[in-house]
Amino acid sequence: MDLPVVSEETAPKKSGCSAGSCGSSDDQLGHLADDIRQKVQDHPCYSEEAHHYFARMHVAVAPACNIQCHYCNRKYDCANESRPGVVSELMTPAQAVKKTLAVAATIPQMTVLGIAGPGDPLANPERTFATFRELAVKAPDIKLCVSTNGLSLPQHVDELAKHNIDHVTITINCIDPDVGAQIYPWIFWNNTRIHGREAAAILIEQQQKGLEMLVARGILVKVNSVLIPGVNDQHLKEVSKVVKAKGAFLHNVMPLIAEAEHGTFYGVMGQRSPSPAELKALQDSCEGDMNMMRHCRQCRADAVGLLGEDRGAEFTLDKIEQMDIDYEKAMEFRAEVRAGIQAELDAKRAAAHNVVPIANAPAGRPVLMAVAAKGPLINVHFGHAREFMVYEASHSGARFVGHRKAESYCAGDETCGDGESVLDKTIQALEGCEAVLCSKIGYEPWGTLEAAGIQPNGEHAMEPIEDAVMAVWREMLAAGKLDAPLQAKKRA
Amino acid sequence: MALEIVESCVNCFACQPLCPNDAIFEAKPHFLIDADKCTECLGDYADAQCASICPIEGAIVDELNVALNPPGSLTGIPPQRWATAQAEIRARGSATGGETL
Ligand code: SF4
Ligand code: SF4
Repeated sequence: MDLPVVSEETAPKKSGCSAGSCGSSDDQLGHLADDIRQKVQDHPCYSEEAHHYFARMHVAVAPACNIQCHYCNRKYDCANESRPGVVSELMTPAQAVKKTLAVAATIPQMTVLGIAGPGDPLANPERTFATFRELAVKAPDIKLCVSTNGLSLPQHVDELAKHNIDHVTITINCIDPDVGAQIYPWIFWNNTRIHGREAAAILIEQQQKGLEMLVARGILVKVNSVLIPGVNDQHLKEVSKVVKAKGAFLHNVMPLIAEAEHGTFYGVMGQRSPSPAELKALQDSCEGDMNMMRHCRQCRADAVGLLGEDRGAEFTLDKIEQMDIDYEKAMEFRAEVRAGIQAELDAKRAAAHNVVPIANAPAGRPVLMAVAAKGPLINVHFGHAREFMVYEASHSGARFVGHRKAESYCAGDETCGDGESVLDKTIQALEGCEAVLCSKIGYEPWGTLEAAGIQPNGEHAMEPIEDAVMAVWREMLAAGKLDAPLQAKKRA
Repeated sequence: MALEIVESCVNCFACQPLCPNDAIFEAKPHFLIDADKCTECLGDYADAQCASICPIEGAIVDELNVALNPPGSLTGIPPQRWATAQAEIRARGSATGGETL
């Protein structure tokens, strides 16, 4: 089967604009064929638009792994596939099903269940497929997805295709065994532990084969890559090209997380992580090649809730045990809620469709702005923001480009003692941004941000993000700030 | 002749389904090998299966208490470098009063 997923030639643009792909600033999915976009557009991990409205969760049923990555230490949860230092609650398939049903009954926006770890789902095929099989019966409305390193993917593709699974994520960090030898110290293959270049060559071959087999069966494939400066940074452009040519529909480049505290090879050996600017540069350079997903937050493998809003604590195993749930009713309610959200999204898309592009827009360079928000409105106090969304505003509209993490600067009381250094870190994290939009901001950080060349702005509280970003951009344009190229940072 | 799983095991389940003799079982606080059943995979495989997939250095030992995967053999981190890094982390932890892993 030939999937018209990635080639520019098949983009719907040619036949005029299909709703949602035209004029909208959120048109990352615009080039996808309608049936593929349908599959993607309410997946909270894939669609920028949907992740504000729909919820996903992961269950940790897959403890074993069949390879070693230099950014992982199996004593802790994987730092890159999930967040460091937080050990997931390992569940049996039966417990995982119970938890999923409980969450889906409480959070009706729940759309997707993923199995991502803490090991590799396909290195634990019995546990993974037992979970999927039972859920397909008890909650057939919930989509299933799997994230894998790809080593045993080819042997499980047929089994995957049988289930209600239409999303698979493969982590592909390289297609060259010499690069791979610097990322993977060993794999377990055909009853033997294999090291070095030979191991990387086998892994790469299996990943590529698995990718091709999935695409041939009409299963959506996303590719994740971890950006490791000096190891695969240049190489990832090639990876992006190849996986696109083979039919992956999204390529998500994530920054390496490496701290000595995590006990990983990279952490201990002092391999550095990429800066936000390096990450963006790489994402930009792959952009022409592929539809990149920018909003991944490297969510924890057992996170529950809307992306970025972790409600896992409400659903521990003993709490679930005490819940009394009518599963049938819950499923009906989910259908209602989903229809409501869908109507809202459709209306939004229709509205975006009618937006007239700014006619004869004067030049005016693109500007990066950071936004403190949860959901689609600007509703977070600067001091409480744990992360910022970064948008690029230009005359073609506001485009989401990624997340930047920060520690919240103020705990809300007078214990802001550490505020100074945290603020410095936040300013570093916002490197390249010229404005930060939030619901409110204190007097002191205001001054410091301004001095660092980042203009704070609290005037657009509770407004939709993209409207506010464009309003600020137009103000800057009117004030003549966008004629000259970006000045060097005022503060060294 | 048997291998043994010791306390550094992280209960990752990887070894258990691989054993040709069904000698490995889940237990608290960690997985164990039934010494009567374990053959060290002789006659079945060239390498002991459990020790070939186990990701944790030192978690599986032989009858002489020798680790099948000695320090550095799986992570690639030279033991000396590991020790230095741990010392640095401890020093940072006590300087700031913060927590270390
Ligand atoms: S050495 Fe072989 S027989 Fe013994 S426990 Fe390990 S896998 Fe089983
Ligand atoms: S593979 Fe190693 S760490 Fe995992 S359960 Fe077996 S002995 Fe323990």
